[in-house]
Amino acid sequence: MTRALHRWPGLVAALLVTLLALSGAALSLFPAAERLAAPQAEAGLTVAELSGRIAASHPGLEQIRRAPSGRITAWWFADGQPQSAVIDPATGLDAGSADPNPLQRWLTGLHRSLFLGDAGRMAAAAGAAAMLLLSGSGILLVARRVGGWRHWFARLRGPLSGRLHVEIARVAVVGLVLSSATALWMSASTFELLPDGASAPVFPAEVSGATGMQLAAIPALQALPVAELGSLSLADPADATDAHLLKTSAGSGYLDQGNGEMLSWVALSPWQRLSGIVKMLHTGRGAAVLGLLLGLMALGVPVMAATGGVLWLAARRARPRIRGNAPAARADTVLLVGSEGGTTWGFAATLHAALTAAGHSVHVAPMAGFDPARHPQAARFIALAATYGDGAAPSSAKGFLDRLAQLERAPEAPLAVLGFGDRGFPAYCAYAEAVAEAARAKGWPQLLPLATVDRQSPQDFARWGCDLGQALGRPLELVHQPVVPRTETLRLLSRRDYGAEVQAPTVILRFARPRPTPWQRLTGQGLARYRAGDLLGILPEGSAVPRLYSLASGAGDGFVEIVVRKQPGGLCSGQLCDLAPGDSVAAFLRPNPGFRAPRGRSPLILIGAGTGIGPLAGFIRGNRRRRPVHLFFGMRKEDSDFLYREDLAYWQEQGRLARLSSAQSRGPQPHYVQDALRRDAAEVAALIRQGAQVMVCGGRDMAAGVRAALAEILAPAGLTPALLKAEGRYAEDVF
Amino acid sequence: MKPLLATLALTTALVLPGLALARPVTLTTTLNNYGGDGAYLALYVTDAQGAYAGSLWMAGAKSKYYDHLSGWYRATGGDTAQVAGITGASVGAGRTLEITLDLADALFDAGYVLHIDAAVEDMRDSPGEIAVPITSTGGSAAGTRYIASFSYR
Repeated sequence: MTRALHRWPGLVAALLVTLLALSGAALSLFPAAERLAAPQAEAGLTVAELSGRIAASHPGLEQIRRAPSGRITAWWFADGQPQSAVIDPATGLDAGSADPNPLQRWLTGLHRSLFLGDAGRMAAAAGAAAMLLLSGSGILLVARRVGGWRHWFARLRGPLSGRLHVEIARVAVVGLVLSSATALWMSASTFELLPDGASAPVFPAEVSGATGMQLAAIPALQALPVAELGSLSLADPADATDAHLLKTSAGSGYLDQGNGEMLSWVALSPWQRLSGIVKMLHTGRGAAVLGLLLGLMALGVPVMAATGGVLWLAARRARPRIRGNAPAARADTVLLVGSEGGTTWGFAATLHAALTAAGHSVHVAPMAGFDPARHPQAARFIALAATYGDGAAPSSAKGFLDRLAQLERAPEAPLAVLGFGDRGFPAYCAYAEAVAEAARAKGWPQLLPLATVDRQSPQDFARWGCDLGQALGRPLELVHQPVVPRTETLRLLSRRDYGAEVQAPTVILRFARPRPTPWQRLTGQGLARYRAGDLLGILPEGSAVPRLYSLASGAGDGFVEIVVRKQPGGLCSGQLCDLAPGDSVAAFLRPNPGFRAPRGRSPLILIGAGTGIGPLAGFIRGNRRRRPVHLFFGMRKEDSDFLYREDLAYWQEQGRLARLSSAQSRGPQPHYVQDALRRDAAEVAALIRQGAQVMVCGGRDMAAGVRAALAEILAPAGLTPALLKAEGRYAEDVF
Repeated sequence: MKPLLATLALTTALVLPGLALARPVTLTTTLNNYGGDGAYLALYVTDAQGAYAGSLWMAGAKSKYYDHLSGWYRATGGDTAQVAGITGASVGAGRTLEITLDLADALFDAGYVLHIDAAVEDMRDSPGEIAVPITSTGGSAAGTRYIASFSYR
């Protein structure tokens, strides 16, 4: 619901809101410029002194006005012509032209009414209302995404457009709420919907009949500081029945031109005062710095409109239409989808197609609308659930757990839950876990144990498909391609071979970095920008499913390096291990912001085994500022698969690597990387107390072993790997 | 211009539609290029003693700005009923406002004066920019700030 309240006003009003924001940002410069350019009155100057000075040098003076910027303008009549000038209050003499700025007037007309009169004013008000709605719904969405109000400024992950959208929004939203709310107030005032209309004083029935009293001698003006002046309109000296009209920040009244007496006075109503404040806040007139800040924040609107459009398009593209979706009432298999951005729908479509091809009648529906009574024929339910933020339900699964809890009893048809997530997040697949747990608690039979897919991994998905096929009694092949990646050709420069003697043939492949086109450079597409720890997708010949490898180099290194172990019968690893220098492969980049060397000078503890050393070696190679790096590396046998052996020695010499602790699993006394950690327990604990970041790369079992070892090591200090992870100090890249 | 006479006759008795005691008059007001937004104009009549007699036309729809037409505002106390039904849009710089109405015979050559107050946003107010006696031979005048020329016949 919140998302719909954000998406539709955003799409409908994007252009209008952008126009209003840009013109508003441009207009915000004028009050500041006026404040700087206008000669200011000295402290303590009274209106009596000021008007006396101006009247002395301007015979035929008719009106004096003070703008909120402090600028004093005078109008007078001389030589049969109306005259005007900005006045230097110190001298009462002319200090510049008072003609309105045509550009400012044009921008004001555009901003306020799109040059369309009252219809345009209403459109602009609708734009402000849309902005307010977008701000409100956006605030709720950001809070949900970052996992609560306390994390409002938490670090963001994910694709650039989404990050940019939220980064700008969470700073600019204060200004946008203020600007749009005050805009609505001013519109209501313009259309006379507020009781803040003018209330001029009654023109005095009787005046003294005399004329000619000096302005400087009028007591009411002597008591009035210039800062409180609005305007002073002088009486016609030729008309003895006329009177001066004085407007101040407190009200307005008529002054007798013969004796200076206040003949009538009306104070501003609370509504008028409030409208005055609102106007100041919106226009920045009288609050120039605030105006500039609001203008700056308004500049975020076009960027958010653009990135918001990109996000919407990407989500739309990623959500394929399900062809041949079976009716809910007749389906034997029901796929329940909990997706936030839409990628999980893509997996659902693949699963739908495969199950349909296997002869099932399959219905796909969002988890949010879950109602087992609609599926009387269902023989099984399969929930595909992503996770939003810190374990929250993704948008298409909102309310699922409540609906499940309200059921009298769980369906008899068994349930399989497949979670989608990113191991870089602390709450990996937390929502899928919650669903599985709730189903278990409700007594819902289990079709398959909970499984997860990390970062849209086609391999994880295919593996789960095998399990599902077994459960259904016939093989099921799930070939899922999340987004058709645009590949580039990488040419192999060199290869280094290891591990043949220990039956673990492993190769470090170094490819030439393809020269990015100017467009790629500009948009960051392709291999224009990459860092160690990002993923290189390789599309093997004869398969549509890419395999992902961690990058062991960054763009600054000038080459693309990966570490590949030949898997028995592996299609992709086999092809890669057979490459000779000069051969080429099709590859694409998948950013992996969850596993990058953190910035700063704090120590790094890198832990890896086997090919897991790839990204870690990349981090060390990139450590030109020589922060303390401690590498724990597990291998089989030192003289066979000690990957990067010479490089590590060289980096140690250069100070890029502070210390190397290795472990060998083949030998009289098998030693694993977690054993090396335990051996250096005191040092590891000390480093972590100093704020060290831990990064682990390798197989699943090794990662679990490392977690257990670190839990032991950290227990005395009251820390756990989970705590470190929550602080963003523990990152894993597991395969 | 619109036939605006029925309401006007009721509210002010200046204009007597369809009666033999009235004659049609066309008022033409041309603004100069003063370089600002649309001007608010109040056209009203005072009697031989200078007392307010009634309004002929109000160019400018938002009554919250009427206090800038200070001559008219002072005379009427800002009473919008005085211009109910005889209100139109503000007049842009360089544009011409033309109004035709039936004025009662009694107004002519009897010391009545036709006034125009003008005001523009963020520029100076110009009350009483035009003041011409109403005579049966017609008349014209030039303004000083916003009104290039005014005539009636």
